[in-house]
Amino acid sequence: MLSDWMYIGIFMLLSVFLPAVAIVIAGILGPKKPSPIKNSTYECGIETVGETWVQFKAQYYVYALVFLVFDVETIFLYPWALAYNQQTFFMVTEAILFILILLGGLIYAIRKGVLEWQ
Amino acid sequence: MPNFWSDPFGFLIQWFNNLLLGWGLPGGTVQFIAYVVGAFILVAGSLFFCLLLIWAERKIGGRVQDRLGPNRVGPFGLVQAVADMLKIFTKEFVTPDGVDKVVYNLAPIMSVAAVILLWAVIPFTITFYGNDLNVGVLYLVAVGGLADLSIVMAGWSSNNKFALLGAFRAVAQLISYEVPLVISLLLPVMLSGSMKLNEIVRAQDVPFIVTAPIAAAIFFISSIAENGRAPFDLMEAESEIVAGFNVEYSGLKFGFFFVGDFLHAFTIAMLFSVLFLGGWRGPGADQIPILGFVYMMIKTSIMYFLGLLVRFSLPRFRIDQMMNINWKMLTPIALGAVMATAFVDKATANVLATTTPVLGVILRTLILLVTNGMVLWVASDLMGSVLTRKERRVVALEARPVARPEPPAAPIEPTEGEVS
Repeated sequence: MLSDWMYIGIFMLLSVFLPAVAIVIAGILGPKKPSPIKNSTYECGIETVGETWVQFKAQYYVYALVFLVFDVETIFLYPWALAYNQQTFFMVTEAILFILILLGGLIYAIRKGVLEWQ
Repeated sequence: MPNFWSDPFGFLIQWFNNLLLGWGLPGGTVQFIAYVVGAFILVAGSLFFCLLLIWAERKIGGRVQDRLGPNRVGPFGLVQAVADMLKIFTKEFVTPDGVDKVVYNLAPIMSVAAVILLWAVIPFTITFYGNDLNVGVLYLVAVGGLADLSIVMAGWSSNNKFALLGAFRAVAQLISYEVPLVISLLLPVMLSGSMKLNEIVRAQDVPFIVTAPIAAAIFFISSIAENGRAPFDLMEAESEIVAGFNVEYSGLKFGFFFVGDFLHAFTIAMLFSVLFLGGWRGPGADQIPILGFVYMMIKTSIMYFLGLLVRFSLPRFRIDQMMNINWKMLTPIALGAVMATAFVDKATANVLATTTPVLGVILRTLILLVTNGMVLWVASDLMGSVLTRKERRVVALEARPVARPEPPAAPIEPTEGEVS
């Protein structure tokens, strides 16, 4: 069990390490001639105006909120799905009730117009 | 000891372990070294494999769009990707002023690492896989989320408005499509009763694409969206926000976003064939594991080709259409499919247990197929009534007859309710 995760740990280190090495090598090989014009922000050749981190649409935030609810509740279903073969009909019905509540939440969100992109 | 000709991967793994043990190293150290070497081969292999993928994608894209594709460097342009890589290695890194250095440099590495990490659990043959985690499917979901993070990091740290807008779109799209993706992954877990990918492959006496076709279709669509490819390529819409989150990147850092992209396309094809097409399963694959590798690659190539066809032939969705497809179509249908499958399968389980095993499997497959068909039929019926529903007329905007002496002004066009 622990050794399984050790493998994943090694894999994670290597999969970050190899691309990083490639970038470092490319940095050594490539020319380095920075200039103020070259280093300016690229916005199709037009001078950039004001702050970059502007206010953005609240719509994105609402989607993130709905996503959070659904993703977490779906993760709850995984233990149920894993034990599906050992379950009785009654247990499955309970899970279906849970999903129906989830679906009710989705329909509520749709009817409220939260998921309408304006 | 496995036979070299029937199982070269298993043979090499065994041979390597025995070699190290023969040197008198303790078992724990041998395992550690074997892990490091195995992980290194998989990571480096996937990175170099990407060269072939770039060529394949450009060639197929060329043929689909009635062009030739790369055909100058080497036979059929096969060495084109290598030449491109050599060129990109010697390019200057232009780092604009005002970027957040650490995050900016970490983002391209993350975007590749997030995809390569998926390879850690994919079973290529019965004996050749990185590691068969007991939470394999959850691991796929968790690691898949890292790709979104790398795009947000790139967009946020670039100090560029286009990049930031691209990153916002990417967040909205990627996290939305993760919901149906995760729900559709429930069905293979449910039907096989395991989250180990190798167990899921082993449970597919009947491939899950037959017993859970809706989940397969939803997985296919939403994984294309997760990959951020056409028709869901809003986050790097060239014609709207130049290139989105990667505007400020250059040289190999820019290239790595594309390495991640190309590799992701192939990886999701592999995942599809593992989860829904039976992975390495096929006639004789249990005895001769190398045959399983061939089956797996054939299935993967078919799915990869389908994904490319979709990418190169469909136009881009508008953002509201894309969100509607996800939240009003894919998510409810996926939930409905899970409920219907669970309910019908359990309800008929007792009856099927009384028949012979072979007949039971056939009947169960048929019942699940019919259930999926019913779900699709009900869903399309509901969708039809929702889509054809007229939006309420906004009377205030219309030109109304007014008692005035002067000639009436040109009537204002009432805004049509867009079908979306």
